[in-house]
Amino acid sequence: MKYAMVIDTLKCVGCSDCVVACQTENNVPIGYCRDWVTESVNGSYPHVELELKSERCNHCDNAPCVRCCPTGASHVAEGGIVLVTAGECIGCGACIESCPYDARFQHPDGYVDKCTFCAQRLKEGQLPACVSVCPTKCMYFGDLDDPTSKVSHLLQSRKHKVLAPEAGTKPNVYYLI
Amino acid sequence: MQEEIFISGRNIPKIDPYLEIWHFPISLYLFLGGMAAGIIFFASLFTVLRREKQVQTAIKPAMIIVLIALIIGLLALFYDLTHKLYVWRLYTTIRIESPMSWGAWVLLFITIGTFLWILSYFSELFPKWDLKFKWLKQIEQFLIKNRRNLALIMLPLSLILGIYTGILLSAFNARPLWNNAILGPLFLVSGLSTGAACIILFSKDHYERKLFSKIDLALIFIELALIVHMIMGMYAGSAVQLEALDILIGGEYTVMFFVFVIILGLIFPAILEGIELLGYKVPVAIPAILILIGGLIFRMVMIEAGQLTRYLY
Amino acid sequence: MDNSRRSFIKISALGASGIAFTTTALSAIPSDMNSNGAKDKKIGSILSRSATYCEVCFWKCAAWVYSDEKGNIQKIIGNENDPHCYGRLCPRGTGGVGMYTDEDRLKTPLIRTKIDGKDSFREASWEEALDLVAKNMEKIKTEYGPESMALIKHGSPGSHLEHLFKAYGSDTVAEPAYAQCRGPRETGFGLTFGSWVGSPEPTDIRDTKCLVLIGSHIGENMHNSQVQEMSDAIDNGANIITVDPRCSTAASKSQHWLAIKPATDIALLLSWMHVLIYEDIYNKEYVEKYGSGFEALKKHVKPFSPEWAYGITTVKPKEIRKTARIMAAAAPSTIVHPGRHVTWYGDDSQRARAIAILNGLLGSWGNRGGFYFKEKISVPKFPHPPYPHPKWGWKELVEKYPFAEMGSTMEVIKASIPGADQKYPIKGWFVAGTNLVASVPKRKVIEEAIQSLDFMVVMDTMPMEITGYADVILPECTYLERYDGIRSATNREPSIALRSPAVPPKYNSKPAWWMAKEIGNRLDLAEYFNYNDYEEVIDWQLKEMGSSLEEMKKIGVKNFKRKSGALYMQKGKTHEFATPSGKIEFYSEELASHGLDPIPVYTSHDSPKQGFYRLNYGRSPMHTFSRTINNPNLSDLTSENMLWVNPKVARIEGLKNNQEVWLQNQDGVNSSFPIKVRVTERIRWDSVYMYHGFGHSNKKLTRAHGKGASDTELISRIAIDPLMGGTGMRGNFVKILLDNPIKETIL
Ligand SMILES: Nc1nc2c(c(=O)[nH]1)N[C@H]1C(S)=C(S)[C@@H](COP(=O)(O)OP(=O)(O)OC[C@H]3O[C@@H](n4cnc5c(=O)[nH]c(N)nc54)[C@H](O)[C@@H]3O)O[C@H]1N2
Ligand SMILES: Nc1nc2c(c(=O)[nH]1)N[C@H]1C(S)=C(S)[C@@H](COP(=O)(O)OP(=O)(O)OC[C@H]3O[C@@H](n4cnc5c(=O)[nH]c(N)nc54)[C@H](O)[C@@H]3O)O[C@H]1N2
Ligand code: SF4
Ligand code: SF4
Ligand code: SF4
Ligand code: SF4
Ligand code: SF4
Ligand SMILES: [Mo]
Repeated sequence: MKYAMVIDTLKCVGCSDCVVACQTENNVPIGYCRDWVTESVNGSYPHVELELKSERCNHCDNAPCVRCCPTGASHVAEGGIVLVTAGECIGCGACIESCPYDARFQHPDGYVDKCTFCAQRLKEGQLPACVSVCPTKCMYFGDLDDPTSKVSHLLQSRKHKVLAPEAGTKPNVYYLI
Repeated sequence: MQEEIFISGRNIPKIDPYLEIWHFPISLYLFLGGMAAGIIFFASLFTVLRREKQVQTAIKPAMIIVLIALIIGLLALFYDLTHKLYVWRLYTTIRIESPMSWGAWVLLFITIGTFLWILSYFSELFPKWDLKFKWLKQIEQFLIKNRRNLALIMLPLSLILGIYTGILLSAFNARPLWNNAILGPLFLVSGLSTGAACIILFSKDHYERKLFSKIDLALIFIELALIVHMIMGMYAGSAVQLEALDILIGGEYTVMFFVFVIILGLIFPAILEGIELLGYKVPVAIPAILILIGGLIFRMVMIEAGQLTRYLY
Repeated sequence: MDNSRRSFIKISALGASGIAFTTTALSAIPSDMNSNGAKDKKIGSILSRSATYCEVCFWKCAAWVYSDEKGNIQKIIGNENDPHCYGRLCPRGTGGVGMYTDEDRLKTPLIRTKIDGKDSFREASWEEALDLVAKNMEKIKTEYGPESMALIKHGSPGSHLEHLFKAYGSDTVAEPAYAQCRGPRETGFGLTFGSWVGSPEPTDIRDTKCLVLIGSHIGENMHNSQVQEMSDAIDNGANIITVDPRCSTAASKSQHWLAIKPATDIALLLSWMHVLIYEDIYNKEYVEKYGSGFEALKKHVKPFSPEWAYGITTVKPKEIRKTARIMAAAAPSTIVHPGRHVTWYGDDSQRARAIAILNGLLGSWGNRGGFYFKEKISVPKFPHPPYPHPKWGWKELVEKYPFAEMGSTMEVIKASIPGADQKYPIKGWFVAGTNLVASVPKRKVIEEAIQSLDFMVVMDTMPMEITGYADVILPECTYLERYDGIRSATNREPSIALRSPAVPPKYNSKPAWWMAKEIGNRLDLAEYFNYNDYEEVIDWQLKEMGSSLEEMKKIGVKNFKRKSGALYMQKGKTHEFATPSGKIEFYSEELASHGLDPIPVYTSHDSPKQGFYRLNYGRSPMHTFSRTINNPNLSDLTSENMLWVNPKVARIEGLKNNQEVWLQNQDGVNSSFPIKVRVTERIRWDSVYMYHGFGHSNKKLTRAHGKGASDTELISRIAIDPLMGGTGMRGNFVKILLDNPIKETIL
């Protein structure tokens, strides 16, 4: 099984509900966030292109953060989810330095925190908090190994991209464009 | 016009707008590690070559400096950890892909090695006190017999440590300024040269000083060559690398880098040592100290500037 | 290195043998992964859930509030069965937790006193505060009559107080959500279709083939189900046409963004009618069947060709024609959206009418993918003695506006200023759930009115600006800590939703229903409040409706079958419109009889002088007006507003991104606080844009104080709508100052 998130930039309105929902679901302290929203504007008035993107850890197939972790706190779990075990993390910051997306941060309690794909919710068969709250329903989550899954279908049928492919991390968060 | 902005007010401490995860302690740790590696390298090398006589400082007092440096270095590293209680986790696993991991192990062995080394020279180093217990004396005797074997182990370890101080950074694909093949060798050479400088600083023996001045001079030239090589490499590199390079040669760290690292830390001491080798009287402390300071600043610049650089997407 | 990477992938791939995405999928995740910090605290604890509907804006989405065993509210999640949110709240609703946790909240009743000559507030008991309110209301009643006590309200507390006021004998009621918001569209659509648009709007966006947005910035305007349905429309490949001088989020998602010159929409709407009629592509069958005054309209719009409109709107004729044809092709499944905040330029009811007429020509009213026939279920009124009959009330205050259908905040304010024309003197205000200072223009006038009042009481949850003017401040608990009236709103199917407290009130705050009752008791109106707890009222009402409090606590939302007939017009059947003619009035006799334009005409509004820019404003998707700016969760997303300027303007004015500037409007009014510049191509060179609601001046709002600038403060000139008294607010122009003008004058 290979979990992936597919986000439709043509529908995202940049409302940041995904960010608040993550904070309240995962008790992310105010001032910190596991996901964030970016806006890029191109062209010149009135020929303007606007792209809104909800970003987070890409749960990379080829995750430098896992490789550089000296204790194994950063590891790859079932379905390719990249997780940090707080109880094994020494807070050396190597994984933070290694992430091309700056997706990790030091939790006020000292260990490194980041998006978990809401693994605790997946266990209960629920979708990630951000996916389930999004008012434009522009986020999809599922198993890429299952060719019949919505995410597989979307990636087969629509133009998409990942962030900073040149970093060679092989992200599992895709953006429909 | 092109615009790229966060709209969810992302402003995470120590992450935004740019990383401030690693601070001075890490620079100090890398500097001391490199210097220690340098001293150990020379000490073991001359021991292996059976030429201890000529480098009395390197093999004795300098090794005490090494022990102190290693301990301070490790404390500095520990100080920069944010989840300190779990530090023991470092030694519950070895992860070959993680420089941090094998670095920690190498440091452990080297520290033990250095301790044994010093023990083997205990009587010579501290003639006033003699070892109280019989078994300690026996250990010392054993070590004295096995000095060369110890050196044979320490030699490769010192090289690994030296390279590690560079690899630790250059392994980070995500930080374009660090992510280049030269940084490993560069830090190794820089470590050797600071090691040599340290020996010069403490050596009373004219011959030894001259020997290490020669070595150091050579090392400085190699180091300069490597730096040029690195910059050229970045010039040829991708957009992100050019961005990164800009910070060094056209940005906030340019003065630091050129004035303190290149000129005061390398070229000027090189000239002084050159003059000395030509037989003129130069207070040897000056070039040595400049090299040491240059080495430290070099690592500070690389650590701080490196964290300013990232992938743009 | 590369090698090890590849082998690494192999390893992880091995681990991921194809297990289906099921509940047990993640069994292999070490259970202590939950030890991602504080989070596992929550995962450990059993969450209790209770029903509410959201009060962060007035869409009133039904939701479940989850709190842990310690009684801390953890999260708020939408109710799956609610047609307002379909189980998904908007960011403000999700962040509603912060309304409860905000430590700056009003904590206890406060009474104005003089401490060595300086006005300040002292803490008071509920007894004392409520006695004082009752005493003053009694006083005003005996001296001037109860009508002279006005209620200015918004949101849930309003209904409880309206009951109190009606019992007390005053119908002098107003809210900013009319004359500063949707009033004009209700009038415009009322005159045309004989029906209000109402809230939620009965726009069938989900099934539309073509959605036309006149300004209306859905996506930034986060009215929940509309945002969701617009997203469905995008999935269904609907055509979206957005008319907006700014590249709104909606504009960026539209096939056609018409970057119109501000204040010229009516010209565009008229030329669209022109194209539909003279290209003969309007919905003939529908117009013949339901239209009245079509010939007059046809004659009226003859001169308004796209070429004519081009000169006014700067929208290219071929764009106008193309978009008109797209609308016609999709008709009747075309929505020309009525908008919501439509008090722009003073001729807003007429613009709304133009929009209505356009919908009439397309036949979208009463058709699938257009406007559906909304329906709601009425909640029986808890028995009480009949209300007394006030001598005058909000109606008299707006008598000069023939088509005003609700009280106007602005008229209440004016009537509070003693003067020759003070026919209906207002002496006291009860303000609840509205931060007038931030939501009503002409601050000078507001302040003058407040100064001349005998008494003013404010009921709020936060120490907002308006509380600073009060004689008594009554701290209400948040919507998460109280019962309120049953939500029953118009929709495709009728539905009701329950608001019950998730946790007891924090601090010394109380619900509005309790205060209303307590004040009532003190005014000898006890028989109007014949219950001990509002719970009883709700339970009684629910039982009357065939449900019960017990049931509603379990389900939160109850949906009912339609009784009023089909959702859309039926083939063969005809439909009676509630207009004088019984038809869609392209030509309005009513308007003509009042000497007003029977068919909308375009009148030009002035544009900025040299060195000035039109002040444009709108919604931050993460905030509601001024009320959420201090919310810890939401201010974490957007803590201040920025001044959008076009790169050209930046060049002329010499502005850089994030540079702090001050603003001064055409009347010399300065912004109290600086605002940071955002240089962006999303805005025209003749205007600047900012989010509404920021620039709080009350220091007690620790997160919001001094963050950004207030648009309201800079709106000192309004254009009053002659039909219903709406206050057009988009005719203000600002100069960009690099230094603080106020400091300068001091030096
Ligand atoms: N997040 C969030 N959502 C909200 C609210 C909130 O506070 N926060 N409030 C709710 C309420 S009560 C209301 S009334 C609605 C208001 O939401 P809307 O009804 O969408 O308000 P508008 O004023 O139509 O939208 C502002 C847009 O009008 C554009 N505009 C300005 N001048 C002109 C002009 O001359 N012509 C045209 N065509 N466009 C122009 C602006 O550029 C801006 O994009 O939002 C509701 N939704
Ligand atoms: N300049 C400018 N003015 C505008 C607008 C604009 O876009 N620009 N928009 C207009 C529109 S569309 C509208 S609808 C109006 C809205 O106008 P308002 O309803 O006045 O909007 P807010 O600024 O949110 O004020 C809400 C007040 O109610 C308080 N409050 C919140 N929850 C509760 C509660 O549960 N109980 C009590 N008692 N109080 C509570 C808040 O603390 C705040 O003081 O503003 C209008 N005015
Ligand atoms: S919640 Fe959905 S629409 Fe809103 S920003 Fe996140 S992804 Fe975009
Ligand atoms: S996004 Fe960063 S943190 Fe997440 S897996 Fe990839 S590298 Fe690691
Ligand atoms: S900070 Fe923690 S998770 Fe990251 S690399 Fe160090 S130990 Fe591993
Ligand atoms: S998946 Fe879960 S943890 Fe990751 S961003 Fe979404 S809500 Fe946060
Ligand atoms: S739209 Fe958002 S803020 Fe308004 S009621 Fe619904 S959830 Fe609450
Ligand atoms: Mo509104």
